[in-house]
Formats: sequence, C-alpha cells, structure tokens
Amino acid sequence: MIKTDILIIGAGPTGLFTVFEAGLLKLRCHLIDALPIPGGQCSEIYPKKPIYDIPGFPEVLAGKLTDNLLEQGKQFEPGFTLGERAETIDKQEDGTFIVTTNRGTKHQAPVVAIAGGLGSFEPRKPLIEKITFYEDKGVEYFIKDPEVYRNKKVVISGGGDSALDWAIFLADVASEVTLVHRRNEFRGALDSVDTVQKLKILGKINLVTPAEVIKLHGEDKVEAVSVLKDGKEERIETDHFIPLFGLSPKLGPIGNWGLDIEKNAIKVDTFDYQTNIPGVFAIGDVNTYPGKLKLILCGFHEATLMCQSAFKIINPGKKHVMKYTTVSGIDGFDGSRKEAPKVVVKSII
Amino acid sequence: MVDINIKIKDREGVIHEVLAPTDMAMNIMEVCKSYELPVEGTCGGMAMCASCQCYILSDHSISDMEDEEEAMLSEAFHVKDNSRLGCQIPITKELHGLEIELAPES
Repeated sequence: MIKTDILIIGAGPTGLFTVFEAGLLKLRCHLIDALPIPGGQCSEIYPKKPIYDIPGFPEVLAGKLTDNLLEQGKQFEPGFTLGERAETIDKQEDGTFIVTTNRGTKHQAPVVAIAGGLGSFEPRKPLIEKITFYEDKGVEYFIKDPEVYRNKKVVISGGGDSALDWAIFLADVASEVTLVHRRNEFRGALDSVDTVQKLKILGKINLVTPAEVIKLHGEDKVEAVSVLKDGKEERIETDHFIPLFGLSPKLGPIGNWGLDIEKNAIKVDTFDYQTNIPGVFAIGDVNTYPGKLKLILCGFHEATLMCQSAFKIINPGKKHVMKYTTVSGIDGFDGSRKEAPKVVVKSII
Repeated sequence: MVDINIKIKDREGVIHEVLAPTDMAMNIMEVCKSYELPVEGTCGGMAMCASCQCYILSDHSISDMEDEEEAMLSEAFHVKDNSRLGCQIPITKELHGLEIELAPES
C-alpha cells in the first residue's frame, strides 16, 4: 500500500504544480497517471507547441513547461504510479481513501485531488470488425515490451510519430515489419520519415501505402490481416497487428465514483474546489463551476487554494499561515534548502 | 459587427441554427463549443486530435486544407470526402448559410 498526504490523480501541469504548493505546507504527494510519462496532454499531444499565456513566460514549449514543473517540485519528492489508471475509490472508517488502479496498485491518503484533465487517455481503436475479440490475442494498442515481437511478424498501422518510431525500432527485433498507412505522407519527425524510407529500401520495412487494414483473420488469435490498396484486397500473414492511431481522453471510471458530474466535468465549490465528497477535490480542466475557464494558469490557482483546505483536513486544528517563498525560502523533504541571499549590512566610511 | 448563420446537425440529427461572429477570430470548433454542442476540441485547435471533425453539407467554398489538417484526417475515423476539422475553418462572412454535420465521436 502506497501511503501519502495528497493523492493526485493526473500528472499534467495542474497535478504537478500541486506537488509544489503542497510541499510548501509540508504535505507529501503521490501521483497516478494512465500515461507512462508525466506531463499529461502537454507531453502527450503537443510537447513541441509553444504556450503564450503562462504568467511570466512570454513563450514556453508545452514539454518544457512540464519539465520545469517536475523540476520545481522535485525537492518535495513526489511518488509516481505511471501507466496505470485510477479505477476505484473506497472511503475507510478512519476517513482516508483507498484508490486502486487497473493493475491493482493500492494508494491510501486522507485527501484525493483529481487533476485528470479531460480524462485518462485511451487508445483510439480503428473500426475493424471483431477487433475487440483479438485484443491481447495479437492486437495491441500500446507496445509495452518490444521483446514480445522478437522474430515475429508484425503489421503496424498509423501515420504519426508512434507508428514510425515503432516500425523503426521493431525492424531490428521482429522477423518482418509491415507499416500500413492511408496516405503516402507521414505526420512525424523528418528524420523518422527518412529512416523509414531507408529501411524500406533495405527491405527491412514493408511499406504499404496508401492502404488500410480492413479485416483481421485467425481462429483464436491474429494470423493475418486484409489490406485494401488501390481497390484490391491483399492478405498479409502476421502474428501481431498494432494499430497506432493516437489516444483520446475519456473520463472513465472516475465518472462512477459518486461525484456530481456535469457535461463530463466534476462540479466543485469554488471556495476550495472540493467536490460533493468531502476530502475529494477536483482541479484543472476536469472540474466545472460558474465561470470556469480551462486554462493551465487557472489550474495552478485552483491547486494552490485546494492545498490550504487539504492542510486543514490532514492537520485539524493546527495553525499555519501562508508564507512567501521570497521570505521563507523552500525546505525540501530531501534536506535541500533554497533561500534568498541574506542582505549584507555594512557601513560605508 | 457581422454575424453569420450556420446550421449544425448534431450526432442525434438535431439541427441547430446558430449565429457566429466574424470579428472574434473564431473557428467552427469554437462556435460549436460556445453553443455547448458536444465537440470536445481536445487539442484546443491545433489539428492534432480530430475531435472536431465535421462534414460540410452545403456547397460553400472553404479554404483548402493545410498539410497538418490533411495528415490528421488521414489518421482519423469516419472520414468522408467532405470531412474537415472544424478548428481549421475560420468564420468569415463568405460562410454565411454554411451547413455542417458533426462526425461521430471516436
């Protein structure tokens, strides 16, 4: 059981900044995210896009912003459960909550902060008949362990960076790699496109474009796919079919936690962004209230106010005052200390 | 200030007649969101998610697709010949009377 003060669901910018604000109040945080890396949408969808409305940053790349947030909260030693989706929440007799992920990892905390953005990112599944039947029987939407594909035949479908990157990587692992895409053009980093081009010439990647996988074959598992190219159907024998069409956010299991939901967002009290379940807060894009704006900077504000109430729940009756970091500096849980240099008082003769 | 009329058919087949301002630098995706129609606009309008895919029903001439939009649609589902990403269509007075349909969610 992982125990912490504030359990944050979602490791996007709002969740990451919560670590910092909680740390100032000497509260520890642990974050759960369905994605394998922290950063949420910023690192998953648009890491190279500039953001212009973060106060104090005339321009910052989304990926750089989340890197900075990780750096800013580092001394408060947050814990991470990544690549797992928060599935259930159970209130305990002592008032704490136990949140369990889809892989069974259990987390216990007196305060839960849902910073889930638009939800957890689920793979976009192509519209192919019986595809769900073949899931984990040769159809995989994520590549968790590339060794699974050693000396196997693999068909990858998609035209973005992940399709290109995995085709390149698996070209040295699998016995045969086929990349199928609806167009001749790919939407990926230029050097990845060039590498695929070279591997195609070397015969290490079988490139089928413009084409589409339209059928799956196999008794108990995938044995072949049908590809439609130039109006003709072609059968390709394969052990695996890996469709990589990006991810789309779904509110998912959080929608069944007994929270007041309005239009796919969690209703909160703007005093401290607490939900209808005391001790459970919702901050950032996942919440809604009159006047709500889904902006990163609003998520930062919400996280900051939320931590004040979290402190009171965790330390009932204990006094504290809001401190300025310029005055009191920062004491990390790792023993580090940051502070402004002392003013030197010296007379001039 | 010039507002134009747009007809938006939602996923239940209901047609919404809405007024869209031409002077607020808005696009079709944003107009849908401003009327609280079920368009997610996950990426915020960067042609990176296809959650605002729509079908153009009227014969208005709309600016050609940029590479980014074309590439995104090539990876999207439920794509037809008249598919566009709403976020890539700015509201201009030439679009007065435009009729669109929201593509299914994917």
